[in-house]
Amino acid sequence: MSSPTLPPGLAIQKADERIMTLNVGPQHPGSGHMRIIVQIDGDYIVACDPDPGYVHRGEEKMAEYRNYTLNVPHLERPVIHDSCNILYPYVLAAEELLGLEIPERAKYIRVIASELNRCIYTQYWLAIYGIFLGHSTMFMWPAGDRELLIDLMEKMTGARVTHSYFIPGGIRNDLPANFEDVCLRQVNYFEKRIKEYADVFYNNPILISRTEKTGVLTRENAIKLGTTGSVLRASGVDYDVRKKEPYDVYDELDFETNVMKDGDSYARSRIPWLDMMESCRIIRNALQKMPKSGSVRVKLKPNPKGELGSVYKRIESGRGALGCYIVSDKKVEPYRVKLSVPSFRNLIALPHLLIGEKLGNMPSVYWSLNYWPVEADR
Amino acid sequence: MSSDSEKEAVEKKPEESKPTETKPPEKPATAKPDEQKPAATKPAPAKKPAPTKEEPELPAFEKGIADKIIEKFGEKTTISFVKPDRVGIKVGRDDIHNVAEFARDTLNYDHVDSVAGVDYPADKEIEVVYHLSSYTDPTLSRQILELATRAQREEDPIPGNDATKLPSLRDIFYSVEFHEREVFEMLGVYFEGHPDNRRLLLPEDWADLPPLRKDFRNKGR
Repeated sequence: MSSPTLPPGLAIQKADERIMTLNVGPQHPGSGHMRIIVQIDGDYIVACDPDPGYVHRGEEKMAEYRNYTLNVPHLERPVIHDSCNILYPYVLAAEELLGLEIPERAKYIRVIASELNRCIYTQYWLAIYGIFLGHSTMFMWPAGDRELLIDLMEKMTGARVTHSYFIPGGIRNDLPANFEDVCLRQVNYFEKRIKEYADVFYNNPILISRTEKTGVLTRENAIKLGTTGSVLRASGVDYDVRKKEPYDVYDELDFETNVMKDGDSYARSRIPWLDMMESCRIIRNALQKMPKSGSVRVKLKPNPKGELGSVYKRIESGRGALGCYIVSDKKVEPYRVKLSVPSFRNLIALPHLLIGEKLGNMPSVYWSLNYWPVEADR
Repeated sequence: MSSDSEKEAVEKKPEESKPTETKPPEKPATAKPDEQKPAATKPAPAKKPAPTKEEPELPAFEKGIADKIIEKFGEKTTISFVKPDRVGIKVGRDDIHNVAEFARDTLNYDHVDSVAGVDYPADKEIEVVYHLSSYTDPTLSRQILELATRAQREEDPIPGNDATKLPSLRDIFYSVEFHEREVFEMLGVYFEGHPDNRRLLLPEDWADLPPLRKDFRNKGR
């Protein structure tokens, strides 16, 4: 289990003729903005030390200087593709501290925005997963189909990627006229498109041979390491915050969680794709049940002060459970904001998955963790 | 009474171990729609008659968890709040390891969701908050157990070589490994018994104060 740890770059190591140390990253398309220090013996990885932090921006520190509303635009920066979901726990926690009751229509619109964002994120992730495995078609298709949903989000929020749509008290603006019809049409088309990915990617024998039985994470280890989201559900643990601790209106919507037993790279890459289909189902369901009119946010007092105390809220993002812990000391700014992000939580599994693997499998195992470096660093 | 019960949520106060302490939300309207137990820990907006009214309103299941811990550890732990799906326990530095072990072995919490460090310069203490959660026990799937413990804070910290130390929970919850490394570099709380206390997010040559301490100011702010 335990991996030999490497000193961070400066200490002299004992030379070993068999073992070679490789720095993958931080400027490497196969790692994102992070470094993975691997030691290889021939073709096999014998030690792995992830080294994140190259895009650390101090979001948590910045949040201590801004009021509850001004925190919204910068807190979504860690994952701009999933910006609604990373704001979601912050907004839920802020609402509890500020004592706000959210209009019913806003809750449905939030769920729709959150699910659209999940698909947008997953498509981006899938595109990179495709190109990691040298599958150019799988880069082009998700990147193209993602545009459909980005257009929808643009209609909804006015911005293509960084929406800043959720604010404490509801959402920033109501849906445009005729949005429901456009959304339904786009989502139906989108679902038809992603089903075609099975033919070109998920049932592709080359993909299966490269990802099956690589980087296996057993159920026990997935729980012990505290992994979350698609990584956890690919290892056979049925845990989805949307089901287990429903927030907003998820308890009224009809959907399933996807669980696979194998715990290998293939299962981890398949779960987000299956989740996208559930997202389409949730969106259709929410559009049906949504109140057709009504207010979408409650008016905030200028510079509202949080109730004394602390709140921990969590939601299911595109990568897994995302928690936000806010401590308030009855001031305009939160005293402390802590984001517990799924990428950071899943990173701990990387050394366990890579040791014993071939170096050539590293990109597929690494990216199957659904890891987003900027989010992990915050 | 009300000022005490409010204050202790953020500041450490020596207080009785009565499980009646909840933070009275200002309005009853804070009830979240996703909470199945309505009006639990939502005392009347009136603040004065709190103690007598709060006790029957505490959510039973959450209170049971808190009571089990109090029963086992008695004076060493205090309940900071009992809300729907959330239980907050304050533990002393010396007992955090035992309480965490009890939470894992008897209460079935199996991983940490988050480890947060909070700096309290006024109290000369740094609080480390563990949010425990469970995948394996279906009755706990909504629950978060918040274990908070405090370390002594030094004015001129030498991270790792001063009195700001806490026992590591890495041998109980493996999942704290990276979280504790982050707390160490961001707040300077050294975790004794942690096998790997290197920097994680900060650069290796960071020579300033640990950045999440309150006396580290953002420039221009």
